[in-house]
Amino acid sequence: MLKDILFAGFGGQGIQFCSKVVANAALLENKELSWLPSYGPEMRGGTSNCAVCIDDEPIASPLVSSPRYLMVLNAPSYDKFINLVQPGGTVIYDSSLINADTERSDIDVFGIPATRMANDNDLKGGANIIALGYMIKKTDILSLDIIKTSIEKMSKGRQQLIANNFRALQLGYEYSE
Amino acid sequence: MSKVLMKGNEAIGEAAIYAGCKHFFGYPITPQTELSAYMSKKLPKIGGTFLQAESEVAAINMVMGAASAGIRAMTSSSSPGISLKTEGISYIAGCDLPCLIINVQRGGPGLGGIQPSQSDYNQATKAPGHGDLHLAVFAPASVQEMVSFVCDAFDTAEKYRMPAMLLADGLLGQMMEPVSFDDVKAYTPAEKPWAANGHKNRRPHNIINSLYLKPEELERTNFERFERYADLCKNGQRYEAYMTEDAEHIIVAFGIASRVAKSAISEARKQGVKVGLIRPQTLYPFPVSAFDTIKDDPKVKRIMSVELNMGQMINDIKLAVECKKPVELINRTGGIVPSVKEVYDRIMEANK
Amino acid sequence: MSIVFQKTKGLTDVPTHYCPGCTHGIVHRLVGEALEELDVLGDAVGVAPVGCSVMAYNYFTCDMVQAAHGRAPAVATGLKRALPDNVIFTYQGDGDLAAIGTAETVHAATRGENITIIFINNAIYGMTGGQMAPTTLPGQVTQTTPYGRDTDTAGYPIRVCEMLSTLDGVAYAERVSVNNIKNITRAKAAIKKGFENQIAKKGFSIIEVVSSCPTNWGMTPSEALKWLDENMLSYYPLGVYKDVAEGVKHNA
Repeated sequence: MLKDILFAGFGGQGIQFCSKVVANAALLENKELSWLPSYGPEMRGGTSNCAVCIDDEPIASPLVSSPRYLMVLNAPSYDKFINLVQPGGTVIYDSSLINADTERSDIDVFGIPATRMANDNDLKGGANIIALGYMIKKTDILSLDIIKTSIEKMSKGRQQLIANNFRALQLGYEYSE
Repeated sequence: MSKVLMKGNEAIGEAAIYAGCKHFFGYPITPQTELSAYMSKKLPKIGGTFLQAESEVAAINMVMGAASAGIRAMTSSSSPGISLKTEGISYIAGCDLPCLIINVQRGGPGLGGIQPSQSDYNQATKAPGHGDLHLAVFAPASVQEMVSFVCDAFDTAEKYRMPAMLLADGLLGQMMEPVSFDDVKAYTPAEKPWAANGHKNRRPHNIINSLYLKPEELERTNFERFERYADLCKNGQRYEAYMTEDAEHIIVAFGIASRVAKSAISEARKQGVKVGLIRPQTLYPFPVSAFDTIKDDPKVKRIMSVELNMGQMINDIKLAVECKKPVELINRTGGIVPSVKEVYDRIMEANK
Repeated sequence: MSIVFQKTKGLTDVPTHYCPGCTHGIVHRLVGEALEELDVLGDAVGVAPVGCSVMAYNYFTCDMVQAAHGRAPAVATGLKRALPDNVIFTYQGDGDLAAIGTAETVHAATRGENITIIFINNAIYGMTGGQMAPTTLPGQVTQTTPYGRDTDTAGYPIRVCEMLSTLDGVAYAERVSVNNIKNITRAKAAIKKGFENQIAKKGFSIIEVVSSCPTNWGMTPSEALKWLDENMLSYYPLGVYKDVAEGVKHNA
């Protein structure tokens, strides 16, 4: 079944990296997939988003207009996308930056103070991976192990980077409200 | 089969290198800049040339120079830049030179926007420059097809001695998908006895030229060129037919529009609607043969063209079905890609 | 009977289409002789412009490419990058090189593109019948400056060698003329040097040849040479504007 995921936040929050980790993990699992970024002025500080589709069948449309999964790291993106999530879908949001108040009862909405956790744990810029860890825990998108392998491959042997990202991933995975 | 995750723009570059192209001349423009960046990183390492030209005009003329020498050369741009290249494209066609031009389309006219578009369809297929000429136009719908079509485009360009174009769009250029280079066949350079590469005092001098002041001579070159185009039209049409056997409604779409259409068709099929897709993979030649049976098939009620423009390919579809079927337009423009729901709703409306 | 003068092997044995008294014929011969003397006719690829010398591809015996108006330096760049060991040259007029093709000229020069440009400056558009060129002198009457070139409205002529010699990519820029025997001899030496520079991979060389156009100037050939001498050479002084002996390429 198609798993379509939207990652959204400010440029600089690591939306692209985070979504690429997931895309590469799907590749490692021999899945069909597409990764589609928003492009243009967004990359210079505005909102940024990436759509990832994962399936066993070839991906037809790579555009995600109503995602099954949404990871959102800033308030403008939350407001923009929360009502587009599919009924039955799952939302992971950064509760240290977003006051989530949705009337929707047909979706699961999980907050994690990813930015605060990153700061508290000396993982500056790691909120994206913390949120990803939580997303992996709360959904069936991919396994934690394959995400780790993907991070390792993408970090091309930079051990400190790998260690930090693993720590961030674990923090998110083990978080409980 | 090993697959890697690549952006469309980067996959084009890698495919071109596989296809034996070591000379790239470009000018920065969104949304195809990753291709230039990729080539600037790769080509110097394999003894090739990456040159950032002073303009699109210069870039296409550098391609003409390199192509005159008999080697594989390419340039890439996006819509406004392609307009600037049309002069050079006309000369290259008039000189019967092979080369590859990439158009990662964005919205127009004018400076337009930077989001994906298919509004250069007419330019690519009807008037890519002044005079009687055509480009062989390939329309990929995935990153994998970008790879295979780059190679096919170079081969076609050389076989027919004409410029070829890969007509993509900003979305395909920016998108990453798994891609394999396993099936790309190794390039073996063909003999090019016409090349202006120095005669070494062993043959008469070669002249690469498009000027014929005697009308009869110019007419003869045009007739000869169009004989080659006719051969290409006969043998070079390519398309994918998807769920068309029992279809009462036929969608026609290329590139990213075809991906959206496929999703909409899957949804509509779940509701029992008999709808299929013709996806042109070549735009010149337009795959007229795809409509040979459709146009006289009594069960086909209508054809719907999904385009990211104000309706350009629709005219070729009307010609292909000889106006025997109604042809409707489903379109968005300005850089907007129609959503699956929009296309699905139109299918359901048509099926009422 | 012994042969005392023979046409260069660098030129084909066909009559040219140039007007009587036109200096293109002389410059063609000098280019052909230089290529022959350097024994590079088999390696050379020339690029013909749009303008009077558009059909230069019929006259030179080396391989030739005909370029769009003004684009010869870009086409030559593509050729040179594809054929780094061949001798690539352009042959361009003033409208081609200094008006519609200014960008291509300036940027080939500033890249230090290892090509040789033969630039014919005759202060007029010849092929189209005598319109103002970027090098038309102030006050000069042409078809499109019937009251003389008014610098207030039509601007000033471009001195190409002076302009290009400010660019670090230029290895050699010299202005010569072919209005008398002495100058023809100098022009030949300059053209040959332009090719030698390329063979030595020194970078961009341009030889500007101050030329005449009797037909469009409305003069006899001898009047035209006299007018050239009296009017053009003061605005376009002959001489070497740049000559970087070691060339401009660091890794040549």
